[in-house]
Amino acid sequence: MLNLCPSIQVSTCAHTGTFEGGRLSQQDTKMADVPDNAPEHCPGTTSEQAGKSSSCAGCPNQKICASGATKAPDPAIAEIGEKLSTVKHKILVLSGKGGVGKSTFSAHLAHTLASDSTKEVALLDVDICGPSIPRIMGLEGEQVHQSGSGWSPVYVDDNLAVMSIGFLLSSPDDAVIWRGPKKNGMIKQFLRDVDWGDLDYLIVDTPPGTSDEHLSIVQYLSSTHVDGAVIITTPQEVSLQDVRKEIRFCQKVKLPIIGVVENMSGFVCPSCKNTSQIFPPTSGGAERMCADLDLPLLGKVPLDPRIARSCDEGKSFINEVPDSPAAKVYQSIVQSIQDYCSNRVTEEQSTS
Amino acid sequence: MEANNDGSMSQVRHVVLVLSGKGGVGKSTITTELALALRHAGKKIGILDVDLCGPSIPRMLSIGRPDVHQCDSGWVPVYTDAAKTLALMSIGFLLEDPDEAVVWRGPKKTAMIGQFVSDVAWGELDVLLVDTPPGTSDEHLAVLENLKKHSRVDGAILVTTPQAVSTGDVRREITFCKKTGIRILGIVENMSGFVCPHCSECSNIFSKGGGEELAKLTGSIFLGAVPLDPLLSTSIEEGKDFIQSFPDSATFSAISSISQTLLESLQTA
Repeated sequence: MLNLCPSIQVSTCAHTGTFEGGRLSQQDTKMADVPDNAPEHCPGTTSEQAGKSSSCAGCPNQKICASGATKAPDPAIAEIGEKLSTVKHKILVLSGKGGVGKSTFSAHLAHTLASDSTKEVALLDVDICGPSIPRIMGLEGEQVHQSGSGWSPVYVDDNLAVMSIGFLLSSPDDAVIWRGPKKNGMIKQFLRDVDWGDLDYLIVDTPPGTSDEHLSIVQYLSSTHVDGAVIITTPQEVSLQDVRKEIRFCQKVKLPIIGVVENMSGFVCPSCKNTSQIFPPTSGGAERMCADLDLPLLGKVPLDPRIARSCDEGKSFINEVPDSPAAKVYQSIVQSIQDYCSNRVTEEQSTS
Repeated sequence: MEANNDGSMSQVRHVVLVLSGKGGVGKSTITTELALALRHAGKKIGILDVDLCGPSIPRMLSIGRPDVHQCDSGWVPVYTDAAKTLALMSIGFLLEDPDEAVVWRGPKKTAMIGQFVSDVAWGELDVLLVDTPPGTSDEHLAVLENLKKHSRVDGAILVTTPQAVSTGDVRREITFCKKTGIRILGIVENMSGFVCPHCSECSNIFSKGGGEELAKLTGSIFLGAVPLDPLLSTSIEEGKDFIQSFPDSATFSAISSISQTLLESLQTA
């Protein structure tokens, strides 16, 4: 069994206060747990130097840090491990870039996996500030119910459950203006307090970036088995340059990468059938990036106005137009992901 | 130090935020094109890129990764031209390795943005455009809090794409603006329709009209629609000045009309 690197809690980052100019080194871009109100040059509550460095002198929390209590793992991690022990496969959908189609992909991955009625599938949306999943799944205005065993997710079908902060907001105008710690608390609750039940697949849709939500989901899942991440990109370099950062993030936290999906890849005019590169792959697109970084390219999904329309209407594009080129690519990508997951199970059985 | 800090923003006439609840709708593209259009109109422009995890502007302006220098009044922004009419500051300039992931939680991002706002020696600017990451979280709160300490924020431009999945997130951003007391200067609908270069048929790949509807619904000004244009995406990719390269295109007239409206509303405010 693969355990996600628990060391993401540990940081030796010395630079936490003001930046002095020059370049940010690898040391600087590392993750540190520095509280909002920490003194300047706080070494981070989970670092070896916590409570011991010169900058800790006078900090009201110095004793707590020095006692080692802050270095102990969050008890929620073990609880989440227990709670999700009945979930066979966990897949994260990531991208450094926004608006490349993470939620569209997550939703259609969930729909396609759930089209096998013997499989139990759940989709968790950890995009706290911009939850798109409720609309894409046709669940706008739905509410979460509390039961004895926790929050009940919202069901699209008998075997397809969905959880999103969107279900907890009372109006479509509600803004979730939260800093990191509150977002992290919410994600913890989604994993620990939702009554997920027995699942074959848990798909986690994430916001863009490499920040609180991403660190938290990886940390909270660190005592469970995560199959890996699917990385979504569009063909242009402005997108790939952010996606490379996300790949670096996966490597830092030792999260396996299942493969890369290139979305919005070319557009076939419905009237003259000519293809246009609306988002041109000027640096070779995902294909070149995958070759450079030795990652599998799972597929290239073309732009199709019917995809955006289906998402707005909360319908599955794959069921609406199953014969379209985009739907076929989707199906083959989902097949590769299923194969990856079942191969991992066989590999583990043969090694144990 | 405080006096110096105030000095860094004191010659900046207008500060405009570019916001969107949604990612990948073209905040950085619109920021870049507006900056180029405003410069074309003879203005001195600065861009502050506070997207720490995914800085895009340096590439869009084809600046590369020059070293950031210090002077007595703070960090010197990077200029795109010898005449110093367009200045930029981005975390992209500070990374040793361009592929390095900035894996920071909120407090560190907040500290970095605080420095970006207080320590950059912008000099004299007509407009400072602030490009933001998607969402309503640490970066947004940090940039607002810090800007309000040092200067006046004229308002925000909201960028959306036409489909409901996007306007839904932008509605939340409008609430953010109201709660934090930011004037909404207007809404831009980006990626609005695609005219096939082969047969001139217009396809609404991401639907159509969502930005205008949202403006009506929320009583905001609709600044205009920018079509999907492969020439624009190529210019952005290669860091070329679209405004100079394609002055006859429909995309150009859309962008320059938005920049005109923006200038007028800044002057009357």
